[in-house]
Amino acid sequence: MSIQKVQNNKAWFMVMPVLILVAISAIIPLMTVVNYSVQDTFGNNEFFWVGTEWFQEILTSERFHNALLRTLLFSGLILAIEIPLGILIALAMPKRGWGVSVCLVLMALPLLIPWNVVGTIWQLFGRVDIGLLGHGLASLGIDYNYTQNNLDAWLTLILMDVWHWTSLVVLLCYSGLVSIPEVYYQAARIDGASRWAVFRFIQLPKIKRVLLIAVLLRFMDSFMIYTEPFVITGGGPGNITTFLSIDLVQMAVGQFDLGPAAAMSLIYFLIILLVCWIFYTVMTSYDNDEQSNGGGPQ
Amino acid sequence: MLELRNITRHQGEEVFLDDISLSMQRGDLNILLGPTLAGKTSLMRIMAGLDKPDSGELLFDGVSVLGMAVQKRNVAMVYQQFINYPSLSVFENIASPLRVARVEKNQINRQVAEVAELLQLTEMLNRTPDTLSGGQQQRVALARALIKKADLVLLDEPLANLDYKLREELRAELPALFAAMGAVLVYATTEPTEALVLGGNTVCLYEGRVEQFGPTLDLYRTPASLSSAKIFSDPPLNSAKVECVSGQLMFANSQQKFGINIEKIPDGSYTLAVRPHHLSREREGIDDIEVKGSVSVTELTGSETFVHFSMEDNSWVALLHDVQNFAVASTVEFYLKPQNLFLFDNDDALVEWQLAIKS
Amino acid sequence: MASIQLQSLAHRYPSAPDYALNSMQQSWSDGGAYALLGPSGCGKTTLLNIISGLLRPSEGRVLFDDIDVTDLTTQQRNIAQVFQFPVVYDTMTVADNLAFPLRNRGIAKNEIEKRVADALQMLDLQERANDRAHSLTADDKQKISLGRGLVRTDVQAILFDEPLTVIDPHLKWQLRTELKKIHQRFQHTMIYVTHDQTEALTFADQVIVMYEGAVVQIGTPQQLFETPEHTFVGKFIGSPGMNVLPCEIDGSEAVFAGKRFSLNTAIDNPAARFELGIRPENIKLSPSEGMPLTVTALEDVGRHVIVRGEIAGAQLSALVKDGVAIPENPRVSFDSAHINLYANDYRVASGRGDQAI
Repeated sequence: MSIQKVQNNKAWFMVMPVLILVAISAIIPLMTVVNYSVQDTFGNNEFFWVGTEWFQEILTSERFHNALLRTLLFSGLILAIEIPLGILIALAMPKRGWGVSVCLVLMALPLLIPWNVVGTIWQLFGRVDIGLLGHGLASLGIDYNYTQNNLDAWLTLILMDVWHWTSLVVLLCYSGLVSIPEVYYQAARIDGASRWAVFRFIQLPKIKRVLLIAVLLRFMDSFMIYTEPFVITGGGPGNITTFLSIDLVQMAVGQFDLGPAAAMSLIYFLIILLVCWIFYTVMTSYDNDEQSNGGGPQ
Repeated sequence: MLELRNITRHQGEEVFLDDISLSMQRGDLNILLGPTLAGKTSLMRIMAGLDKPDSGELLFDGVSVLGMAVQKRNVAMVYQQFINYPSLSVFENIASPLRVARVEKNQINRQVAEVAELLQLTEMLNRTPDTLSGGQQQRVALARALIKKADLVLLDEPLANLDYKLREELRAELPALFAAMGAVLVYATTEPTEALVLGGNTVCLYEGRVEQFGPTLDLYRTPASLSSAKIFSDPPLNSAKVECVSGQLMFANSQQKFGINIEKIPDGSYTLAVRPHHLSREREGIDDIEVKGSVSVTELTGSETFVHFSMEDNSWVALLHDVQNFAVASTVEFYLKPQNLFLFDNDDALVEWQLAIKS
Repeated sequence: MASIQLQSLAHRYPSAPDYALNSMQQSWSDGGAYALLGPSGCGKTTLLNIISGLLRPSEGRVLFDDIDVTDLTTQQRNIAQVFQFPVVYDTMTVADNLAFPLRNRGIAKNEIEKRVADALQMLDLQERANDRAHSLTADDKQKISLGRGLVRTDVQAILFDEPLTVIDPHLKWQLRTELKKIHQRFQHTMIYVTHDQTEALTFADQVIVMYEGAVVQIGTPQQLFETPEHTFVGKFIGSPGMNVLPCEIDGSEAVFAGKRFSLNTAIDNPAARFELGIRPENIKLSPSEGMPLTVTALEDVGRHVIVRGEIAGAQLSALVKDGVAIPENPRVSFDSAHINLYANDYRVASGRGDQAI
C-alpha cells in the first residue's frame, strides 16, 4: 500500500497553490470578520470582548428581519418566474439545424454583461424622462416611477433580474432536454401521450438534476444580490428595496458599525451555507438512485 | 503468469468480488463466463490496474503489481463499445501504442502493415473509424491491442455489439490471432457457445464468486455445481427438485417416481439436471429413462426444434435435430441416457452416483 | 388485427444518395408472426418505422386492412412498438406504466385494471406491480416496454425492434418463448426485427430476409433453411451457414470433387458461375464412403462438433452430433436431396433425392 501513498501525495502537491490562494483571499479575511463580530470598540483601535452580544442584537432587530424578509420575497418571486419561464423557452428552442446556434448565442448574451452595467442599463431604461421603458409608459398614460413608487421599484428589479438571468435556466434545461434519446419520444407517440404527458413523464424527470442545479444557483445569486439594486434604486425608495446585502454594506461602510456588520455577515454566510448543504444532500441522494439502476439508453 | 490471490472487492454492502484466487499462464486463453453483474468487468479492471481490490494480491510473473499504475503495466484492453481514437486514421489508431513507446518510424510502418494484414484492414488504413462498420471498428481496436505485444490482453465482451453473423465470423478468426500474441489472454462473455468455440480454460463466475475453473470442455461435461452447470448452458439447463428414498428418485412435489434406481448416495433432497440436447425421441438403450410431459410451445430453427414442455410443474426444454411439429398440450415422451443425468445436492455440489444394477 | 400491404414502397433519406429501401411490394396476412431478418444496414428498422408511422416513406403506400394509412400519424394507426432499449416512465409505478397507453385512449377504468392484471401475470411482474419503474433491472424494464404493447388488445399490430438486445442469454430464452406463447394465445399481427437468425426463425411463421434495402426471400423457417433462393440467405441462416462450393455443370448434373449430382432440371446457362450449396447438417462423415476431406479444425460446441476442412480447394464445414465418433481421415458424402445449385448466386435448381452417392 506504500505506492498508493505516493500517488495521493502528488495530488496534494497539485492542489497546494489553490489552497494558498483560497487561504489568503478567503479564509484569513473570514477570520478577521469573526474577530470583529465578537468585539466592540470605543474608537482609538481599542477592542474589548462582547461575546455573542452582536449576534443577539442582530437576530432580534426588526431591521434585520425586514431586510431578510425582503430578500426572501425577492428570491421567491425570482424563482417562481425564472424557472418556469426558463423551462418553457428551453422547450421551444430547436434541437437541430442552424437555429440552434442562433438561439444559444441569443440566450448567452445577457449573461455576458457585467453586473453593474446591467444595473446602469436598467436604471436608464426605467427613467421617466429619457428611458425607453419609463418614457414609453408615461406617454401611454401609465404612472410609472421607480424612484418614488414602491411597487414600481420592485417590478423594475424583478424585470431586470428575469431579463438578466433567465438565460441561465434556459441553457441548463436545454442541455438536459437535448440529451433525452429520441426513443422516448417515439414510445410516447405510440402510447398516444398528450404534449403535457410527454412533458410531465419524460422531459421533467430527465431534467430534474439540471433543474436542481439551476434552482440552487438562482436562489444563491438572488439571495446575495447587491450590484444591480444598488445601481438602480440604491435601496430605495425609502428602504423598500434594501436587501440584506445592501443593509449590510450600509451598516458596515455607512455607519461603520463593524461589530454588528461582522455578526450580520456571518449570519448571512451561515444561511447560505445551510441552503447549499440541503441542496447538496438532495442531489447526492439522486446520484445514488441513478447509480444503482443501470440499463436504459445512454 | 498472472496470479490472483484472495481478491475481494466490495462497495458498501454489495460484494462485487468474493475471495477470488486464480492463476493463468501465458499463451492460454482464459474465458470469464457468467451473467451480467457477475463480476467479470470488475475483475478485469483489477487485473488491468484500473481499480484496486479491497484485499488480496495480484502477481505477474511472481512480482506484485498491485500498486503499479496502469500505464506502467504492459496491458492491452478491448471493450464492448468499439473504442478508437475518433479523430485519428486507422493507421494512426493502430500505431498509437508504438508512438507512445517511441518506436522508430520505419519499424512502426512495418508492424502496422503486418497487423493490418492479419485483421484485413489494409485497405482502410487511411480512413477514420467513424466511416467504418461496427465489425471493422472492432478489428481496429483488436489491431491496436495486438500490436502492443502486451503481457496481458483483456477483452471485455468484444463481440457483444456485433451482428450475429459478424460475431460468428470474427469469433472464428480470434483463436489464430490469440495464438500469435503469446500473452495471458482473458476474454469475458455471457454466451456459453462462445466459450465452447474459443476453447482454452473457463472461469465460471456467479455473483462475484468463482464457481469453477478449468479446461472449457471439462467444465461443460462435468460441472462442479448447479450454478456452474446453469451458467454453461444454452439453451437453459433443465432442472427439477427430487428426493432420494432408498435409492429411488422421486419428484419432490408429486412423489412420482423417476425411473431409475441409484446406488451410493444417501437419502435426502437433490436437484437433478439434464441438458436439453440429451433428451431424445427414441429409446436407444434399456437403461434409458423416460421423461413425459405436456407440450406448451414448439420453436423451429430450420435445422433444430426446441420443444418446451412442462413436467411435474417444471418447465423443460428439449433440443431435437430436424424439424418436428408437436401439437400444443399433447403428451410427449423423451428418453434420457443415464450417464447424461446430473445430480446436485443441497449445497449445489455435483454428486457422484451409480446406476443400480437391475436384478 | 390487421393485414398489412406495402405498395411500391421505397425510401431514401433526404441527404443520402442511395435508397435505404428499394421498391417493394408485400402483402402480409392478418394475425401472422413475421420476422424481418438481416444484417446491420439492410433497412429492416427503416421498414419497421415506416409501418409504425414514425417515418414517412419517400415513395409508395402502406395499407392496413386495405385502408391507406400512409398519411396517418402513429397514434392514428393504433399500433404498438417495442424498442431496442427499455423505455419506461421512471416516475410511474409498473402498473401505471402499463396503464398509461390505455388511459391516454380513454378506456374505462375497470377494463384498464383487468388488462393490466393480465399483462402483469403474463410477464411475471405481479410482485413488482407497485414498485417505481425506475428501480427495476434492464430485463424487467424491457418487459414493461413489452407490456405496454400487450395491454392494448385491440391493437392493429405489434412491432418489435430488436427487443432482446440488452437482455442476458438466459432471460432471452424465456422472453422469446413468452412472445411465442402470447402470439399463440392472442393471434396479434406481430412483426419482429432482428439480426439474430435464431430469434427470427423460432418466433416467426414467415421470415423476410433483407439485404441492402431489398427483400431477398420470404418463407417459413423450413423453406429458408432447405431452399435458400440466394447464397446470401444460405450463408446467413444456419450456424454455421450453408457451404457454397464452386462446381461445374454437365447437362442436368452438377460435378464436384469428381462426384456427379443429379439435378431436377437441365441447366442451359453455360457461362454462369456455378456453385453447389449444401448445409453442414446434411453432410455425412464416414471412414470409407465419399470424397476425401482434409480436416483443419474441430470445434466442440457441446451439443455437436463442427468439423472444418478443405475439399477440392474449397472450405467445408460439417456437423457431427454429440457422442458420434469422428473418423481419423474422414470422407464426406452429401445428401443429394438437400443440394441446391446456384448460378451467379441465385438458385436455379435443386438436387434430385432419388440417388445414392
